Amino acid sequence: MKAEPVVPVRVYLLVFLSLLVLTAITTAVAFFDLGGGVNNGIALTIAVCKGLLVILFFMHVRYSDKLTWVFAAAGFFWLLILIGGTMDDVVTRPVLSRETASTSTEFNPR
Amino acid sequence: MSKVEAFRQHHFDGVEQQHEASWLGMWVFLATEVMFFGGMFAAYFVYRHWYLLAFGSASNRLDIWLGAINTAVLICSSFTMALAVHSAETSRRKPLIRFLMLTIILGLVFLGIKFYEYHTKFEEYLVPGSSFRFEAALAAPAEIFFSFYFAMTGMHAVHMIIGIGLLTALIVRARRGHFSALYHTPVELTGLYWHFVDIVWIFLFPLLYLLGRHL
Repeated sequence: MKAEPVVPVRVYLLVFLSLLVLTAITTAVAFFDLGGGVNNGIALTIAVCKGLLVILFFMHVRYSDKLTWVFAAAGFFWLLILIGGTMDDVVTRPVLSRETASTSTEFNPR
Repeated sequence: MSKVEAFRQHHFDGVEQQHEASWLGMWVFLATEVMFFGGMFAAYFVYRHWYLLAFGSASNRLDIWLGAINTAVLICSSFTMALAVHSAETSRRKPLIRFLMLTIILGLVFLGIKFYEYHTKFEEYLVPGSSFRFEAALAAPAEIFFSFYFAMTGMHAVHMIIGIGLLTALIVRARRGHFSALYHTPVELTGLYWHFVDIVWIFLFPLLYLLGRHL
Protein backbone atom coordinates (compact mmCIF):
# COMPACT_ATOMS: atom_id res chain seq x y z
CA MET A 1 0.00 0.00 0.00
CA LYS A 2 2.79 2.42 0.83
CA ALA A 3 4.38 1.95 -2.58
CA GLU A 4 0.99 1.99 -4.30
CA PRO A 5 1.69 3.03 -7.88
CA VAL A 6 -0.32 5.70 -9.66
CA VAL A 7 -2.61 3.71 -11.95
CA PRO A 8 -2.21 4.93 -15.55
CA VAL A 9 -5.21 6.66 -17.14
CA ARG A 10 -5.07 4.09 -19.96
CA VAL A 11 -6.08 1.37 -17.47
CA TYR A 12 -9.03 3.43 -16.21
CA LEU A 13 -10.13 4.07 -19.79
CA LEU A 14 -10.00 0.36 -20.68
CA VAL A 15 -11.96 -0.60 -17.55
CA PHE A 16 -14.49 2.15 -18.25
CA LEU A 17 -15.05 1.00 -21.85
CA SER A 18 -15.31 -2.66 -20.73
CA LEU A 19 -17.97 -1.69 -18.19
CA LEU A 20 -20.00 0.14 -20.86
CA VAL A 21 -19.71 -2.80 -23.30
CA LEU A 22 -20.77 -5.27 -20.59
CA THR A 23 -23.77 -3.05 -19.75
CA ALA A 24 -24.75 -3.00 -23.43
CA ILE A 25 -24.40 -6.81 -23.66
CA THR A 26 -26.43 -7.52 -20.52
CA THR A 27 -29.18 -5.16 -21.73
CA ALA A 28 -29.22 -6.66 -25.23
CA VAL A 29 -29.34 -10.24 -23.91
CA ALA A 30 -32.48 -9.35 -21.92
CA PHE A 31 -34.37 -8.97 -25.22
CA PHE A 32 -33.70 -12.56 -26.28
CA ASP A 33 -35.42 -15.47 -24.57
CA LEU A 34 -32.69 -18.04 -24.01
CA GLY A 35 -34.59 -19.72 -21.20
CA GLY A 36 -34.80 -18.20 -17.74
CA GLY A 37 -31.78 -20.01 -16.37
CA VAL A 38 -29.45 -18.92 -19.18
CA ASN A 39 -30.76 -15.34 -19.23
CA ASN A 40 -30.40 -14.94 -15.47
CA GLY A 41 -27.05 -16.70 -15.45
CA ILE A 42 -25.68 -14.28 -18.05
CA ALA A 43 -27.13 -11.22 -16.27
CA LEU A 44 -25.65 -12.21 -12.89
CA THR A 45 -22.29 -13.32 -14.33
CA ILE A 46 -21.92 -10.00 -16.12
CA ALA A 47 -22.86 -8.14 -12.93
CA VAL A 48 -20.17 -10.04 -10.99
CA CYS A 49 -17.59 -9.29 -13.72
CA LYS A 50 -18.48 -5.58 -13.67
CA GLY A 51 -18.30 -5.50 -9.87
CA LEU A 52 -14.87 -7.17 -9.95
CA LEU A 53 -13.57 -4.70 -12.55
CA VAL A 54 -14.67 -1.77 -10.35
CA ILE A 55 -13.21 -3.30 -7.17
CA LEU A 56 -9.90 -4.39 -8.71
CA PHE A 57 -9.09 -1.31 -10.79
CA PHE A 58 -11.22 1.70 -9.82
CA MET A 59 -10.89 0.81 -6.12
CA HIS A 60 -7.20 -0.10 -6.51
CA VAL A 61 -7.49 -3.49 -4.79
CA ARG A 62 -5.46 -5.03 -7.64
CA TYR A 63 -2.56 -2.79 -6.55
CA SER A 64 -3.05 -3.11 -2.79
CA ASP A 65 -1.51 -5.37 -0.16
CA LYS A 66 -2.89 -8.68 1.13
CA LEU A 67 -4.55 -7.07 4.14
CA THR A 68 -6.73 -4.95 1.84
CA TRP A 69 -7.71 -8.10 -0.08
CA VAL A 70 -8.84 -9.70 3.17
CA PHE A 71 -10.82 -6.62 4.22
CA ALA A 72 -12.43 -6.28 0.80
CA ALA A 73 -13.31 -9.98 0.60
CA ALA A 74 -14.70 -10.21 4.15
CA GLY A 75 -17.93 -8.33 3.42
CA PHE A 76 -18.64 -10.33 0.26
CA PHE A 77 -17.77 -13.61 1.94
CA TRP A 78 -20.32 -12.80 4.62
CA LEU A 79 -22.84 -11.95 1.91
CA LEU A 80 -22.25 -15.39 0.38
CA ILE A 81 -23.02 -17.03 3.73
CA LEU A 82 -26.14 -14.91 4.23
CA ILE A 83 -27.65 -15.48 0.78
CA GLY A 84 -26.31 -19.04 0.34
CA GLY A 85 -27.47 -20.21 3.76
CA THR A 86 -30.85 -18.51 3.46
CA MET A 87 -31.61 -19.80 -0.03
CA ASP A 88 -30.41 -23.27 0.94
CA ASP A 89 -33.20 -23.32 3.51
CA VAL A 90 -35.87 -21.62 1.40
CA VAL A 91 -35.31 -23.65 -1.77
CA THR A 92 -35.34 -27.04 -0.01
CA ARG A 93 -38.47 -26.43 2.08
CA PRO A 94 -40.94 -27.68 -0.58
CA VAL A 95 -38.79 -30.76 -1.14
CA LEU A 96 -39.27 -31.61 2.51
CA SER A 97 -42.98 -30.83 2.63
CA ARG A 98 -43.75 -32.29 -0.83
CA GLU A 99 -45.26 -29.13 -2.27
CA THR A 100 -44.15 -26.89 -5.11
CA ALA A 101 -43.79 -23.37 -3.89
CA SER A 102 -41.89 -21.47 -6.56
CA THR A 103 -44.69 -21.52 -9.18
CA SER A 104 -47.50 -20.61 -6.78
CA THR A 105 -49.27 -17.43 -7.85
CA GLU A 106 -51.64 -17.00 -4.93
CA PHE A 107 -50.65 -14.73 -2.11
CA ASN A 108 -49.85 -16.93 0.81
CA PRO A 109 -47.44 -15.56 3.41
CA ARG A 110 -45.36 -18.39 4.77
CA MET B 1 10.31 17.83 9.65
CA SER B 2 9.87 16.77 6.07
CA LYS B 3 7.02 18.24 4.04
CA VAL B 4 4.98 15.04 4.04
CA GLU B 5 5.29 14.76 7.84
CA ALA B 6 3.24 17.97 8.14
CA PHE B 7 0.13 15.90 7.38
CA ARG B 8 0.78 13.38 10.16
CA GLN B 9 -1.47 13.50 13.21
CA HIS B 10 0.36 12.99 16.49
CA HIS B 11 -1.08 9.56 17.37
CA PHE B 12 0.39 7.91 14.27
CA ASP B 13 3.99 6.75 13.95
CA GLY B 14 4.22 8.01 10.41
CA VAL B 15 2.19 9.15 7.41
CA GLU B 16 2.26 5.65 5.95
CA GLN B 17 0.70 4.17 9.07
CA GLN B 18 -1.82 7.01 9.11
CA HIS B 19 -2.78 6.34 5.50
CA GLU B 20 -3.03 2.60 6.07
CA ALA B 21 -5.33 3.14 9.07
CA SER B 22 -7.62 5.41 7.03
CA TRP B 23 -7.59 3.11 4.03
CA LEU B 24 -8.39 -0.06 6.00
CA GLY B 25 -10.94 1.82 8.14
CA MET B 26 -12.79 2.77 4.96
CA TRP B 27 -12.79 -0.86 3.81
CA VAL B 28 -14.25 -1.92 7.16
CA PHE B 29 -16.99 0.67 6.72
CA LEU B 30 -17.66 -0.60 3.20
CA ALA B 31 -17.89 -4.16 4.56
CA THR B 32 -20.67 -2.97 6.91
CA GLU B 33 -22.31 -1.35 3.87
CA VAL B 34 -22.17 -4.68 2.01
CA MET B 35 -23.97 -6.24 4.98
CA PHE B 36 -26.51 -3.40 5.08
CA PHE B 37 -27.47 -3.80 1.42
CA GLY B 38 -26.93 -7.57 1.68
CA GLY B 39 -29.90 -7.95 4.00
CA MET B 40 -32.19 -6.43 1.37
CA PHE B 41 -30.63 -8.51 -1.40
CA ALA B 42 -31.15 -11.73 0.60
CA ALA B 43 -34.78 -10.82 1.36
CA TYR B 44 -35.32 -10.00 -2.33
CA PHE B 45 -34.03 -13.45 -3.38
CA VAL B 46 -36.29 -15.20 -0.87
CA TYR B 47 -39.44 -13.40 -2.02
CA ARG B 48 -38.48 -13.73 -5.68
CA HIS B 49 -38.23 -17.47 -5.13
CA TRP B 50 -41.63 -17.61 -3.43
CA TYR B 51 -43.48 -15.34 -5.88
CA LEU B 52 -41.56 -15.85 -9.11
CA LEU B 53 -44.46 -15.12 -11.50
CA ALA B 54 -45.52 -11.95 -9.72
CA PHE B 55 -41.94 -10.70 -9.46
CA GLY B 56 -41.44 -11.33 -13.18
CA SER B 57 -44.67 -9.61 -14.09
CA ALA B 58 -43.97 -6.64 -11.77
CA SER B 59 -40.38 -6.36 -13.00
CA ASN B 60 -41.63 -5.98 -16.58
CA ARG B 61 -43.41 -2.77 -15.53
CA LEU B 62 -39.99 -1.15 -15.04
CA ASP B 63 -38.39 0.65 -17.99
CA ILE B 64 -35.30 -1.39 -18.91
CA TRP B 65 -33.92 1.52 -21.00
CA LEU B 66 -34.00 3.98 -18.13
CA GLY B 67 -32.27 1.36 -15.97
CA ALA B 68 -29.60 0.73 -18.60
CA ILE B 69 -29.02 4.45 -19.21
CA ASN B 70 -28.70 5.05 -15.50
CA THR B 71 -26.18 2.19 -15.25
CA ALA B 72 -24.12 3.86 -17.99
CA VAL B 73 -24.41 7.27 -16.29
CA LEU B 74 -23.16 5.80 -13.01
CA ILE B 75 -20.27 4.00 -14.75
CA CYS B 76 -19.28 7.33 -16.35
CA SER B 77 -19.37 8.95 -12.90
CA SER B 78 -17.11 6.19 -11.51
CA PHE B 79 -14.71 6.87 -14.38
CA THR B 80 -14.60 10.62 -13.66
CA MET B 81 -14.15 9.82 -9.95
CA ALA B 82 -11.19 7.57 -10.76
CA LEU B 83 -9.73 10.39 -12.86
CA ALA B 84 -10.27 12.81 -9.97
CA VAL B 85 -8.25 10.53 -7.68
CA HIS B 86 -5.63 10.26 -10.41
CA SER B 87 -5.46 14.07 -10.65
CA ALA B 88 -4.97 14.34 -6.88
CA GLU B 89 -2.25 11.67 -6.97
CA THR B 90 -0.40 13.69 -9.62
CA SER B 91 -0.95 17.05 -7.85
CA ARG B 92 -3.07 18.59 -10.60
CA ARG B 93 -5.54 20.84 -8.82
CA LYS B 94 -7.61 22.19 -11.74
CA PRO B 95 -8.34 18.76 -13.29
CA LEU B 96 -9.12 17.46 -9.79
CA ILE B 97 -11.80 20.10 -9.27
CA ARG B 98 -13.13 19.62 -12.79
CA PHE B 99 -13.45 15.84 -12.43
CA LEU B 100 -15.09 16.16 -9.01
CA MET B 101 -17.64 18.56 -10.53
CA LEU B 102 -18.26 16.20 -13.46
CA THR B 103 -18.84 13.36 -11.00
CA ILE B 104 -21.42 15.46 -9.13
CA ILE B 105 -23.17 16.41 -12.38
CA LEU B 106 -23.38 12.74 -13.46
CA GLY B 107 -24.66 11.84 -9.98
CA LEU B 108 -27.37 14.47 -10.35
CA VAL B 109 -28.28 13.15 -13.83
CA PHE B 110 -28.70 9.69 -12.28
CA LEU B 111 -30.94 11.08 -9.53
CA GLY B 112 -32.94 13.06 -12.11
CA ILE B 113 -33.65 9.93 -14.16
CA LYS B 114 -34.49 8.05 -10.95
CA PHE B 115 -36.88 10.84 -9.96
CA TYR B 116 -38.57 10.60 -13.37
CA GLU B 117 -38.90 6.81 -12.95
CA TYR B 118 -40.45 7.24 -9.50
CA HIS B 119 -42.82 9.82 -10.97
CA THR B 120 -44.06 7.40 -13.64
CA LYS B 121 -44.52 4.68 -11.02
CA PHE B 122 -46.74 7.05 -9.03
CA GLU B 123 -48.76 7.79 -12.17
CA GLU B 124 -49.15 4.09 -12.93
CA TYR B 125 -50.42 3.30 -9.40
CA LEU B 126 -47.39 1.11 -8.74
CA VAL B 127 -46.38 2.65 -5.41
CA PRO B 128 -47.17 0.23 -2.54
CA GLY B 129 -50.06 1.43 -0.42
CA SER B 130 -53.81 1.91 -0.62
CA SER B 131 -53.70 3.12 -4.23
CA PHE B 132 -51.59 0.24 -5.55
CA ARG B 133 -53.21 -1.33 -8.63
CA PHE B 134 -52.12 -4.50 -10.37
CA GLU B 135 -53.57 -7.55 -12.08
CA ALA B 136 -55.71 -8.97 -9.27
CA ALA B 137 -54.22 -12.48 -9.09
CA LEU B 138 -50.70 -11.12 -8.63
CA ALA B 139 -51.44 -7.82 -6.87
CA ALA B 140 -50.30 -8.69 -3.34
CA PRO B 141 -46.90 -10.22 -4.22
CA ALA B 142 -46.37 -7.58 -6.94
CA GLU B 143 -46.78 -4.98 -4.21
CA ILE B 144 -43.96 -6.75 -2.35
CA PHE B 145 -41.79 -6.45 -5.46
CA PHE B 146 -42.39 -2.72 -5.60
CA SER B 147 -41.69 -2.42 -1.87
CA PHE B 148 -38.28 -3.95 -2.59
CA TYR B 149 -37.88 -1.73 -5.63
CA PHE B 150 -38.48 1.47 -3.68
CA ALA B 151 -36.56 0.36 -0.58
CA MET B 152 -33.47 -0.74 -2.49
CA THR B 153 -33.32 2.03 -5.10
CA GLY B 154 -34.35 4.52 -2.41
CA MET B 155 -31.51 3.52 -0.07
CA HIS B 156 -29.18 3.58 -3.06
CA ALA B 157 -30.36 7.12 -3.92
CA VAL B 158 -29.78 8.22 -0.31
CA HIS B 159 -26.20 6.96 -0.66
CA MET B 160 -25.84 8.94 -3.89
CA ILE B 161 -27.06 12.11 -2.16
CA ILE B 162 -24.58 11.57 0.70
CA GLY B 163 -21.86 10.99 -1.91
CA ILE B 164 -22.70 14.25 -3.67
CA GLY B 165 -22.42 16.02 -0.29
CA LEU B 166 -18.97 14.46 0.28
CA LEU B 167 -17.85 15.46 -3.24
CA THR B 168 -19.00 19.03 -2.63
CA ALA B 169 -16.90 19.17 0.53
CA LEU B 170 -13.93 17.81 -1.45
CA ILE B 171 -14.30 20.58 -4.06
CA VAL B 172 -14.24 23.23 -1.30
CA ARG B 173 -11.07 21.72 0.14
CA ALA B 174 -9.46 21.18 -3.28
CA ARG B 175 -10.05 24.87 -4.11
CA ARG B 176 -8.14 25.76 -0.94
CA GLY B 177 -5.28 23.59 -2.18
CA HIS B 178 -5.60 20.93 0.53
CA PHE B 179 -4.76 18.01 -1.76
CA SER B 180 -1.58 17.03 -3.54
CA ALA B 181 0.50 13.95 -4.31
CA LEU B 182 1.70 14.15 -0.69
CA TYR B 183 -1.75 14.08 0.89
CA HIS B 184 -5.07 13.20 -0.76
CA THR B 185 -6.53 10.52 1.50
CA PRO B 186 -10.03 12.13 1.64
CA VAL B 187 -10.23 12.13 -2.18
CA GLU B 188 -9.12 8.50 -2.28
CA LEU B 189 -11.61 7.35 0.38
CA THR B 190 -14.54 9.28 -1.10
CA GLY B 191 -13.59 7.57 -4.36
CA LEU B 192 -13.90 4.17 -2.67
CA TYR B 193 -17.34 5.13 -1.36
CA TRP B 194 -18.52 6.38 -4.76
CA HIS B 195 -17.32 3.21 -6.52
CA PHE B 196 -19.05 1.08 -3.88
CA VAL B 197 -22.36 2.86 -4.54
CA ASP B 198 -21.76 2.18 -8.25
CA ILE B 199 -21.30 -1.54 -7.50
CA VAL B 200 -24.60 -1.66 -5.59
CA TRP B 201 -26.36 -0.31 -8.68
CA ILE B 202 -24.47 -2.73 -10.94
CA PHE B 203 -26.27 -5.49 -9.01
CA LEU B 204 -29.61 -3.72 -8.57
CA PHE B 205 -29.95 -3.23 -12.33
CA PRO B 206 -30.05 -6.95 -13.30
CA LEU B 207 -31.95 -7.93 -10.14
CA LEU B 208 -34.81 -5.46 -10.54
CA TYR B 209 -34.89 -4.79 -14.30
CA LEU B 210 -33.51 -7.88 -16.07
CA LEU B 211 -34.22 -11.06 -14.08
CA GLY B 212 -37.99 -10.73 -14.50
CA ARG B 213 -38.02 -10.65 -18.29
CA HIS B 214 -37.55 -14.38 -18.85
CA LEU B 215 -38.47 -16.70 -16.00
